[in-house]
Amino acid sequence: MKGRHRSRRALPIWLTVALIALLGIWSLRGVGSVPRGPEAVLAPSKALPKDLAAQVAGHTLVADPIRRGAYLALAGNCAGCHTARGGQPYAGGRKIETPFGLVYTSNLTPDTQTGLGRWSADDFWRALHEGRSRDGRALNPAFPYTSYTRVNRQDSDALFAWLRELPAVQQANQPAALTFPWNLPGLIEVWRWFYFRAEAFTPDPSRDAQWNRGAYLVQGLGHCGECHTARNALGGLTGIPLGGANLMPQGWHAPSLRSRGAGSVEVWTPQQAVEWLQSGLNQSAVATGPMARVVMDSLQHLDRDDLLAMQSYLRTLEPSAAGARAAKSEAIDPGYLTLGGQLYKKHCAECHGEGGEGAPPHYPALVGNRTVTQGSSINLIRAVLHGGFAPATRGNPRPYGMPPFGPLLNDREAGALMSYLRTAWGHQASPIEPRAVNALRSVPID
Amino acid sequence: MRTVSPSALGQSLGSGRSQGLASRRIWALLLWIGLGLASTDLSAQVRTPDDSLAARVQACTGCHGPQGRATPDGYLPRIAGKPAGYLFNQLRHFRDGRRNAASMTWMVDLLPDAYLREIAGHFAQQHPPYPPPMPVAVGRDVLERGLALARVGDPSRKLPSCISCHGQDLLGVQPAIPGLLGLPRDYLNAQFGAWRNGTRRAQAPDCMAEVTRRMAPDDVAAVTAWLASQPVPTDARAQVLVSQNRPLDCGGLEP
Repeated sequence: MKGRHRSRRALPIWLTVALIALLGIWSLRGVGSVPRGPEAVLAPSKALPKDLAAQVAGHTLVADPIRRGAYLALAGNCAGCHTARGGQPYAGGRKIETPFGLVYTSNLTPDTQTGLGRWSADDFWRALHEGRSRDGRALNPAFPYTSYTRVNRQDSDALFAWLRELPAVQQANQPAALTFPWNLPGLIEVWRWFYFRAEAFTPDPSRDAQWNRGAYLVQGLGHCGECHTARNALGGLTGIPLGGANLMPQGWHAPSLRSRGAGSVEVWTPQQAVEWLQSGLNQSAVATGPMARVVMDSLQHLDRDDLLAMQSYLRTLEPSAAGARAAKSEAIDPGYLTLGGQLYKKHCAECHGEGGEGAPPHYPALVGNRTVTQGSSINLIRAVLHGGFAPATRGNPRPYGMPPFGPLLNDREAGALMSYLRTAWGHQASPIEPRAVNALRSVPID
Repeated sequence: MRTVSPSALGQSLGSGRSQGLASRRIWALLLWIGLGLASTDLSAQVRTPDDSLAARVQACTGCHGPQGRATPDGYLPRIAGKPAGYLFNQLRHFRDGRRNAASMTWMVDLLPDAYLREIAGHFAQQHPPYPPPMPVAVGRDVLERGLALARVGDPSRKLPSCISCHGQDLLGVQPAIPGLLGLPRDYLNAQFGAWRNGTRRAQAPDCMAEVTRRMAPDDVAAVTAWLASQPVPTDARAQVLVSQNRPLDCGGLEP
């Protein structure tokens, strides 16, 4: 009773806050609040062949829902977020940094006190499809229900059946530590009103089953758009779907999957695309940053048919110019590039070759390398400053590692080196200023 | 360069003149050798990375020096010649969040135990020479106190000596106790700070955290000064454990 009394008194304040928030959000709403997954898929299809729907849902259908759920959990990379560093799998507690503050992932094990022990399959479906917890509370969209809403009920049930089989781990969930004003209760409801609608995946009958299966995985469990689609200042996925985005505060760039100059699979054969998704590298590229983790924890475990399906769908995304190679600006200090060339010979040529030809796949070629030339230089800067290993996958169990050059090169030297890379060998990308290097010096680790 | 497919060449050879099977085989052999030589030339132009582990771990040697020989004039520890079990433990501590060094965690984040074990084994086998120690600017009394702590400890405070675990010559004990010589003093000091703050942890029971709790800041300063000022013999190797009565229980020492 006491609580209700207090909440009544608070109501006018609430309304004011909500109104202000609404106005604020409205002004930021921008043009792109509507676009979601690719056009064709969203077109409602009345006459969907029955077998197509079945194929989309059950491409990797194993009769046993638990085994199927285990597979789907890999496709959704649930453990990737719901496991703390060095912690019990699926017991949550991993800290996720967002521009709005800290969020901690929750315990998905069947512990009755701290996990999903009291949940039913209906509760789980509601979380996945509607983004609401068992008690009806709106979940923080750091949990990507904006994508998972397209997962069908059958898969949701299989996932839940698998989660029920996990050993129960007693580990209390940590409340989110959002910064003001994002910590105001009820704000997520407002956010949802603008940026979320529960929806079902709608197959496109004009495409084959493989394409539709790929679309279902990419838009649903794969939740690729959560990183590869740009968000507005309020975290709404308002950019061109899969059109590329910066990941902040993590300091990475998720390249546009619609641009040949950035991350489109169109430049690869289906075989090369699958090889990359499965092993983390192919003759022209090595996965790094958050994508390396996705390959490691999720994609390498998927059936080849599913990877073929995903790339088949991604291949048909309508091209978009965003994220393509950046235009070369006119005036670059020649001394800057000369310095860069000298540093290249000294530090890089031994592995990557005098002419940037590399020794693929382990020492990737830098000529024509999209990480080198794409519009965003974030991933290039991260690679040079922090180096790192390719993910150790079944296809590449003993990866090569690149040394971090951050401790060796100052901002000007690193900027000069990368500007050289972006303009040598016929590359026409914009140079990199020392301050852009400086901004990415620290290594954020969860 | 003109290229001719072997089958086309074989046909023209065979049909041009009527030849016996034996001479045709000789021709084929010569052709095979010729093509072999030609393809050797071609493959020389395609660079292939060195298949060795040393080539794979350049990410490590970039900072820890060739063969992992980082010298005490910097901050980073030498990893060459440390016992493999110790190195493996540290690599997974970084990966699993028991040690805090973002650049190390970043490196090993996506590497499984099997590969970390292999990397650890590689550096354990490297034995580049040790440079002379860096001068340590402390008084004689401090060094004497450091020596006493390292060799005897302080029984009145139940503070064990360094040698009681790290070997009589402080060069480490196989398979998982590290040597303490040839390291930068700053690095040694920082480790005591990290144990005190809980940012460097080992498997339970975490004996070095316990040892650190029993030490005063002056003890740390004295013992690191003495350790950092000791020369290391050229043939320094971790000793093989025969039997050891350790003063404290330590986790993670099993091979």
